[in-house]
Amino acid sequence: MGTMTERALKSLKERLAAGFPVAVMLGVVLAAWYAGAWALNAPGAIERVLPPDGAWTWQDLLQATMAMQRPVLPAPHQVALDFWSSLVDWPLDSPRNLLFHVAVTAESTLWGFVMGTLLGLVLSVCIVHSRTLNRALLPWIVASQTVPVLAIAPIVLVILGSLGFSGVAPKAVIAMYLCFFPVTVAMVQGLRSPQVIETEMMHTYAASKWQALWLLRLPAALPFLFPALRVGIAAGLVGAMVAELPTGAVAGLGARLLTGSYYGNTVQIWSALVMSALLGLTLTSVVALIERVVLRHRSQP
Amino acid sequence: MKRTTSQTFLLALAALVGGLLLMRHPSATGDAPPSPLFWLATLVLAVLAVQSIRRVAALDGARIYASLTAALFGVWVLYFWQLLVVVFEVPKVLLPPPSLIAQSIASHWPTLWGDFVQTVLKAVLIGWALGSGLGFAVAVAIDRMPFLQRGLLPLANLTSTIPLVAVAPIAVMWFGFEWPSKAAVVVLMTFFPMLVSTLAGLKASGKLERELMFSYAASYSRTLFALRLPAALPFMFGALKVNATLALIGAIVAEFFGSPTQGLGFRISTEASRMNMPLVWGAIVVAAVTGSVAYAVLVQIERRAAFWHPSVRES
Repeated sequence: MGTMTERALKSLKERLAAGFPVAVMLGVVLAAWYAGAWALNAPGAIERVLPPDGAWTWQDLLQATMAMQRPVLPAPHQVALDFWSSLVDWPLDSPRNLLFHVAVTAESTLWGFVMGTLLGLVLSVCIVHSRTLNRALLPWIVASQTVPVLAIAPIVLVILGSLGFSGVAPKAVIAMYLCFFPVTVAMVQGLRSPQVIETEMMHTYAASKWQALWLLRLPAALPFLFPALRVGIAAGLVGAMVAELPTGAVAGLGARLLTGSYYGNTVQIWSALVMSALLGLTLTSVVALIERVVLRHRSQP
Repeated sequence: MKRTTSQTFLLALAALVGGLLLMRHPSATGDAPPSPLFWLATLVLAVLAVQSIRRVAALDGARIYASLTAALFGVWVLYFWQLLVVVFEVPKVLLPPPSLIAQSIASHWPTLWGDFVQTVLKAVLIGWALGSGLGFAVAVAIDRMPFLQRGLLPLANLTSTIPLVAVAPIAVMWFGFEWPSKAAVVVLMTFFPMLVSTLAGLKASGKLERELMFSYAASYSRTLFALRLPAALPFMFGALKVNATLALIGAIVAEFFGSPTQGLGFRISTEASRMNMPLVWGAIVVAAVTGSVAYAVLVQIERRAAFWHPSVRES
């Protein structure tokens, strides 16, 4: 019992020791943000907010720069307030509530992620089992990693739009093809990772191709799959946000960014930015959590 | 063995010649409705094409065969894209045939060249160089400050999960519509991968080598330049290659948020809303070729710079 609490204390101490530098860095970033807000907003504040006859002190200036209507750089607390009020002050189905936009973006991201992962899995199994596909198709998939495939997004929107698809489908398709490339490349590598001795053992057991795939290749590929999934879901989120731009900016975090920049509402842009960062962090942490649960019995190197 | 190889190449060549002949058929150019004979010829050609790709893929020996398979596959995909789109009269908005895309690139070359200069030579190149350079400089600067490293590294790792390109509207607001705002987005996107990779690379030199340098009484900077930076090169080139793609994506997407009347991203988004799809595809071809060429150039430089590294020597 005593050793357990000791161990818990020790791990707590280690975590604190690791977290301290990060906290200091975050504090520095916050201080720099405030300083930047002051420096960038000061000219505008002198011009528009403060009395033009010059009857103001530096305290007035400081106060004005922290509470501008349309600041060049909003102060952190302004963003935090706007962020919080958009969560609490409006009902969930109102387009003024950020969670409404998060739901829209997360829906297309997740649909695209699921479809892209399934497509990548199927294709990688085919590639591993077919020499023709391996030599004919895989080089193109690998090469596509060096190409800005996100640029195809407007084309996908136009094609699917003229075929009569609208709403979540075109956005999910864009998120899908962004997820699909890293998953395929990583899974081909993972499915090939078993050593010769292991595949030969499956062979001596007279295991069929499917058994070898299910019992040996797929489990061996899991450590390769999860990092690709983390990359894929982050890429899918960017895809879903970009896909929201040309559709008239109705709903979603990308649309929120665009309307914010149309109307010069900087605070709205910043809170949408913070929200998209949080969404990205949440999605990747969920994938990381699943990874830890699935791979909990593996010894981590 | 030799015999089957030459047979395979004859088959592949015959299929290609057959394809060329079929292209001259009036149905393939859209001048006549397809006849049953034309369909039969197309079917035979498809079987021939698949067979030739399978035969070439099954060849052993020279490494060129693997690339040859991929090239052959690409040629046939383009071929059937052209053929089927023309025969089925698919609307240009859905999928223009490759010939039309090529024509569009040729006839709009001055426009596309202007877009290339605006996006790639200004925003991407400058942003990529600045972002990667800053990432490298900061990594070397905090190399001797473990406290800063422990504070920065977790935050820098987190940025890979954040859609950084979303800062584009703010960048446009701060730096205007011209290329500096796009370069700023690119700087932000390329900075963190380079920082993380360089820090990892600086830790990559072996213990034996470091102890050898220590026994030579080599100074910190001497060890850095003679041992640790060269050992970090493969890591840094990895980040430079990732950054090249990221920079292109960043600049193109940032132009979706607002840009002058030039640039690849601007061209793609405006021509897509005007339904001028051949030109949109043309701009994408330019972006894709740029990405591949940048990657190939970086691989070549890496081979010169890190010639001693096992991953380079093996290939």
